[in-house]
Amino acid sequence: MTTLPALPTPKKLGLVIDLDTCVGCHACVVSCKEWNTGGYGSALSDQDPYGADVSGAWLNRVHSFEVVPEGGEVVGEAGQARIVHFPKSCLHCEDAPCVTVCPTGASYKRSADGIVLVDEDKCIGCGLCAWACPYGAREMDLAAGVMKKCTLCIDRIYNETLEEVDRVPSCVRTCPASARHFGDLGDPNSAVSKLVAERGGMDLMPEQGTRPVNKYLPPRPRKSLAESAHTLPLAENTEGARGFFAWLDGMLDRI
Amino acid sequence: MNSEPRVALSRPVADEVRKTTCYMCACRCGINVHLKDGKIRYIEGNRDHPVNRGVLCAKGSAGIMQHYAPARLRAPLKRVGPRGFGQFQEISWEEALSTATEWLGHVRHTDPKKLAFFTGRDQSQSLTGFWAQQFGTPNYAAHGGFCSVNMAAAGIMTLGGAFWEFGAPDWDRTKLFVMFGVAEDHDSNPIKMGIGKLKQRGARFVSVNPVRTGYSAVADSWIGIRPGTDGLLILSVVHELLKARKIDVDYLVRYSNASWLVIDAPGTAEHGLFARDGEGRVQVYETVTERPVPVGTKGARAALSGRFELADGRFAVPSFQLLAEKYLDPKYAPEAVTEETGVAADVIRGLAAEIARVAFDETIIVEQPWTDVNGERHPYFVGRPVSFHAMRGLSAHSNGFQTARALHMLQVLIGAVDCPGAFRFEPPYPKPMTAHPTPHGKAEHFGSDKPLSGPHLGFPRGPEDLLVDAEGKPTRIDKAFSWDAPIAAHGMMHMVIANAHAGDPYPIDVLFMYMANMAWNSSMNTAGTMKMLTDKDPETGEYRIPKIIYSDAYSSEMVAYADLVLPDTTYLERYDCISLLDRPISEPDAVQDAIRWPVLEPDRDVRAFQTVLLDLGARLKLPGFADNHGHPLYKDYADYIVRHERRPGIGPLAGFRGTNGDKAGRGAANPDQLERYIENGSFFSAHIPLEAQFMKHANQAYQDFAVRMGFFDTPQPVTFQLYLEPLQKFRLSAEGLREPVAPETHRDRILQAFDPLPQWYRPFGEALVDREAYPYHAITQRPAAMYHSWGSMNAWLRQIHTKNPLYVPGPICDEFGLVDGDWVWVTSSHGRIKVEIARMEAVNSRTMWTWNAIGKRAGTWALDANAPEATKGFLMNHLINELLPPRSDGMRWSNSDPITGQAAWYDLRVRIEKAEAGAVSEPHFPTVAQPEPEPHPSVLRYGQEWAT
Amino acid sequence: MHPAFSIIILTTLSGLGYGLAAVLGLGLLDPAATATKCAHVLALALISAGLLSSTAHLGNPQRAWRALSQWRSSWLSREGVMSIVTFVPLLVSAWASITEGAYLPLPGLIGTVLCVVTVYCTSMIYASLKSVQAWYTPLTPACYALLAATGGFVLASVFAFAGGGNTRALPLLAVGFLIAAWGTKLRWRERMKSLVPLSTPESATGLGNIGRVRLFERPHVTENYLTREMGFKVARKHAKKLWRLALVAGAIVPAVLLLVLAALGGQGVLPVAIASLAALAHWLGVFVERWLFFAEARHSVVNYYGG
Repeated sequence: MTTLPALPTPKKLGLVIDLDTCVGCHACVVSCKEWNTGGYGSALSDQDPYGADVSGAWLNRVHSFEVVPEGGEVVGEAGQARIVHFPKSCLHCEDAPCVTVCPTGASYKRSADGIVLVDEDKCIGCGLCAWACPYGAREMDLAAGVMKKCTLCIDRIYNETLEEVDRVPSCVRTCPASARHFGDLGDPNSAVSKLVAERGGMDLMPEQGTRPVNKYLPPRPRKSLAESAHTLPLAENTEGARGFFAWLDGMLDRI
Repeated sequence: MNSEPRVALSRPVADEVRKTTCYMCACRCGINVHLKDGKIRYIEGNRDHPVNRGVLCAKGSAGIMQHYAPARLRAPLKRVGPRGFGQFQEISWEEALSTATEWLGHVRHTDPKKLAFFTGRDQSQSLTGFWAQQFGTPNYAAHGGFCSVNMAAAGIMTLGGAFWEFGAPDWDRTKLFVMFGVAEDHDSNPIKMGIGKLKQRGARFVSVNPVRTGYSAVADSWIGIRPGTDGLLILSVVHELLKARKIDVDYLVRYSNASWLVIDAPGTAEHGLFARDGEGRVQVYETVTERPVPVGTKGARAALSGRFELADGRFAVPSFQLLAEKYLDPKYAPEAVTEETGVAADVIRGLAAEIARVAFDETIIVEQPWTDVNGERHPYFVGRPVSFHAMRGLSAHSNGFQTARALHMLQVLIGAVDCPGAFRFEPPYPKPMTAHPTPHGKAEHFGSDKPLSGPHLGFPRGPEDLLVDAEGKPTRIDKAFSWDAPIAAHGMMHMVIANAHAGDPYPIDVLFMYMANMAWNSSMNTAGTMKMLTDKDPETGEYRIPKIIYSDAYSSEMVAYADLVLPDTTYLERYDCISLLDRPISEPDAVQDAIRWPVLEPDRDVRAFQTVLLDLGARLKLPGFADNHGHPLYKDYADYIVRHERRPGIGPLAGFRGTNGDKAGRGAANPDQLERYIENGSFFSAHIPLEAQFMKHANQAYQDFAVRMGFFDTPQPVTFQLYLEPLQKFRLSAEGLREPVAPETHRDRILQAFDPLPQWYRPFGEALVDREAYPYHAITQRPAAMYHSWGSMNAWLRQIHTKNPLYVPGPICDEFGLVDGDWVWVTSSHGRIKVEIARMEAVNSRTMWTWNAIGKRAGTWALDANAPEATKGFLMNHLINELLPPRSDGMRWSNSDPITGQAAWYDLRVRIEKAEAGAVSEPHFPTVAQPEPEPHPSVLRYGQEWAT
Repeated sequence: MHPAFSIIILTTLSGLGYGLAAVLGLGLLDPAATATKCAHVLALALISAGLLSSTAHLGNPQRAWRALSQWRSSWLSREGVMSIVTFVPLLVSAWASITEGAYLPLPGLIGTVLCVVTVYCTSMIYASLKSVQAWYTPLTPACYALLAATGGFVLASVFAFAGGGNTRALPLLAVGFLIAAWGTKLRWRERMKSLVPLSTPESATGLGNIGRVRLFERPHVTENYLTREMGFKVARKHAKKLWRLALVAGAIVPAVLLLVLAALGGQGVLPVAIASLAALAHWLGVFVERWLFFAEARHSVVNYYGG
């Protein structure tokens, strides 16, 4: 059933990704690959794995962007251009265009928690859902001929054989910097919802009208060191060492 | 609509979980290896493990692909073609071991120094070092000399510990964290977790790094400094702090040698040394009674400035007076250093201001009474929550030792060492330099068929401890601990092949290496090194380095240059111990060590190198490896880990000792020790009592704890050495005032570099070349998803870094009309490379860079010869020589720090010019043959059999 | 977007087939003529070939039948359903013509309507994708429908010259459609060229308030499914040349040839040959047009890949 759930799903499970904290280490990328290649659905294959044209199916990739502010502060020989590491996986959109285009019903959005999934037994590998997704969140597995995408580790988050603390997506569990958060974004009192409210969590490409569930926390403004320069107190006598030693003697008397 | 498919939500992950320690880089995180049908299903971080608390990096998660990589060696190999071509024949272990025994036995009997045994990314140095010592060669070291010895040596000599394995920022309390150029494959998970904590708490993170990637990308403030000028930046901050009177005088008096009196007697053999009384006790000047008294005299109020007469009529000044005079000099003013550092004066002043504000206005208190080693009771711990971290960015310069010293001096000046919120020591550190051995390797230390008389590596207290002969000639093959590099505390692995090839100071017979890719990314002058390895003596027709034994798990570039290859296991197939005797994994609050164990059995004819080394030791009948009858003392490495004792009751592992396994630190060997470790997740952790957690250098409770744990047999408090007397001893030798006097050739250099107070000088690699002709810096950065060259054989990791462009700053691109994908020639005084570029703005505008060790030689690592790693990837190493340009007298110094011998990778200066587009980066080398590679698939579907 | 050969073949051949079938359904050719019978066969063959070709790009073609299930939401599913439904009247019409030499108005007109609907469904697969801004316009179905109809009339002209029908009206109608179709396509292309990108690297990353955003490093160095499928790029110069080729082959050549033939009138081998040439040229033009339809379209995912 490729129509979207008629009512808002009672839960909106998703990720909150902190762009102010992500150091671009790719831990989530590989952990995702590792979990999912042996997990839900077929393996995530790699083509020409040891050759010139190596490529593979990944459900989560970290891009790096360079952002150059207009008229940024120039600090010596280095300007204010900055790098932002940008992990990207399925955003589990509320108006998921990838779901409605699917001709076979393989793509669906779960009515219970809003997770967008592919039922691989039904997938014919036409690729239309990947076209419909503005974010590039779906990748065809070239060996299996079916579409792969982030499942939010559905085989972890409800997995009763795992300890409760481990019932989170693999990427979240492994993130060393705690830049990834998982929870119910439909519940305004959840930790992730509060984080989004507090930090001004944003949608990617809101103009596409997809209403993503996953949110991104924007990088915080950088702090200028130069602005602190004037706060360094100037001693009464700044000429050479003599005044310094006089002050030092005073200090020693007080110890 | 209820037609949603049913999803199997609760499938068990695997049949079994085995907990061990990762080896995908140097962090040594705890991992849970999930096994299904005898294969690895999933590797995740161990939540209970103190190093990584459950998280795991990209490399760790890619362990599956490392373990099953087609590049794994499969059996011992004997070279059958010429060296460097990769033509081998598989042989039996018996043949391999008897060949090695024959070669090594001959050397040991005739001239033990003709064995050079050097290990690379070795995590078993307490064994390899012990083996080399028992063998009796003076020529042993691991890779620290080309890694971070500047950092380690400066830290130990100044504070009694350095960053990473010796100490860590107090992530939970620090309010200002300043990080200098850090390799993102060392201590990476703890740092990432720490940065996460800072972000959660809103603490400020300042990064000093020419390149704004990785950690620097998320720093609140970024200082895009010029490579090699960090020391000047730090000294300028010190200048500002002194001027603003923002120093912790009480802390300096109590915990540093600021008050120690320095003899002021120019032209004498004791000038600049500490004043000592007849009993050898260092003197301070007591201001109430106005006389010199020994350090530690109860109730003494020591002066920090002034000039005082000693009992013998000479004059002396407190070392702090020298320090303050030196750094108050206007040459360290921010405005004066701006041009050299490329950092605006206001930024330097702002950094100083933030350090001062946080250290003194945001002081924190930990309500816990404690007693210092002088018996004084303190009601609480005072925290100055400013912390620092640094690694290779400071270290890999020829001024790195002094730069690291400058940073440690800054920490002490603001009272921010091992207090709450600051950099904190990790046991068994702090450990004063005086508790470390002196180096061994002089002629009288070794001889035919006998062990070396002491450990190879240590800290010379002065020129008298150098490993040189009567003429001042080095006795070690790498010239460590010679006048070239007197405090080469980790050896100088990067000089071994060049020196052995040149027969300087002497030729060797056997080069024995472990996990060191010297024929590629681990050498400077890579092409030259390959040539040296294959060069023959025209008179004898023999290779100049006659025999090379190499052990590695993978078909790295170095394999092709070995005569005998001993294939190692993967990290999941062996025992290992991460020992307190070696490079510990402790945290500031806990003493820790760990093991690895074979969570999978090898499916190839390979053996763990450590077990092989024990076998060789027994075959060679080395004491400590074979008993009086020549029988092996240990069955294998696991047996050694459990039963070996370095001192009575002190073995490789500190946990679960004693016959009942209830002793920590000291205790009898416990035959069940490894089982206990495995049950405990393969690690051991003993908490330090709260009273002992801070100010360990001077905390009586900690010192008692350290003795109890067996780190020391007596308390070893540390007085921070702002003024470093051993360096002054070398200066006196260089002035010809003190025996042994330095050779003429070395005097200027020692006088220039061995300032007992931290100083900055322009890195040699930069100072000795024409700065106009080579106007730019070129450096490498470590990608977080690779560990050195390890990773290209990994099908997942190599997709992240399949090739490396040269990142060129925007202004240079504009000047030369370069756009992404253009090719350039990059030329240094040593060589040139032709590579593809990419533009970057977030970088120091005079500095180009690339990712380290992505380029591979065609035919290695079981990759197709046309893999991008081999065609487009490249090494910066081709631009760097192991020797500096010749001096006027023709003499060439090694491209190293003059004090420690640390390889100066980052001193490189280059020029750039646009080139014709190419198909391959240059230099490009002939493809080497693969030693019997496993056939590799064209499609990989790992885990498909478990698909639902 | 990657111009997949199978999809271009599918849309151009089936478009042609549906166009011809639609013309046949209007009864504009003599149902008893052998040429018309052949036309019926050709239309069905083209439609079938197109549909078969479409399964070639599927990862799991054996499950293609499942694609009929989601007609309520998916234009691709609707296309599948409609293409099968359309077969019914087309087969009835073809059967009537071939066996009886008769034109049945009801199945014929139903067939025509369904052909239009099917082509519309095909076009809406593209026109409904907001992620590909160039396609996301009612002009897309207009172009598809008009180009299909044009193809139908051009082909029908061939059969008219082969004895199946009016040799003036059909070519003239074809020329009329040629003008309408390519005129609409021209508007489509003008729109595409003047588009202000709906999504940008700034909106894709949310970092626009900091500054100008540019890809620094790809997540993985080599090409992947997304960059191959969505990141296809054609040089502007190259595209311009191809567009000219499409116009000349697809519009001008067939229009001129058909006008000449219409002016001369009469049936025979030579007019059939010339009309066939016109049809072939038109198909070539539409093929190039369709290649460009994909190759020039920019998918929003390229904002993440420095495209």
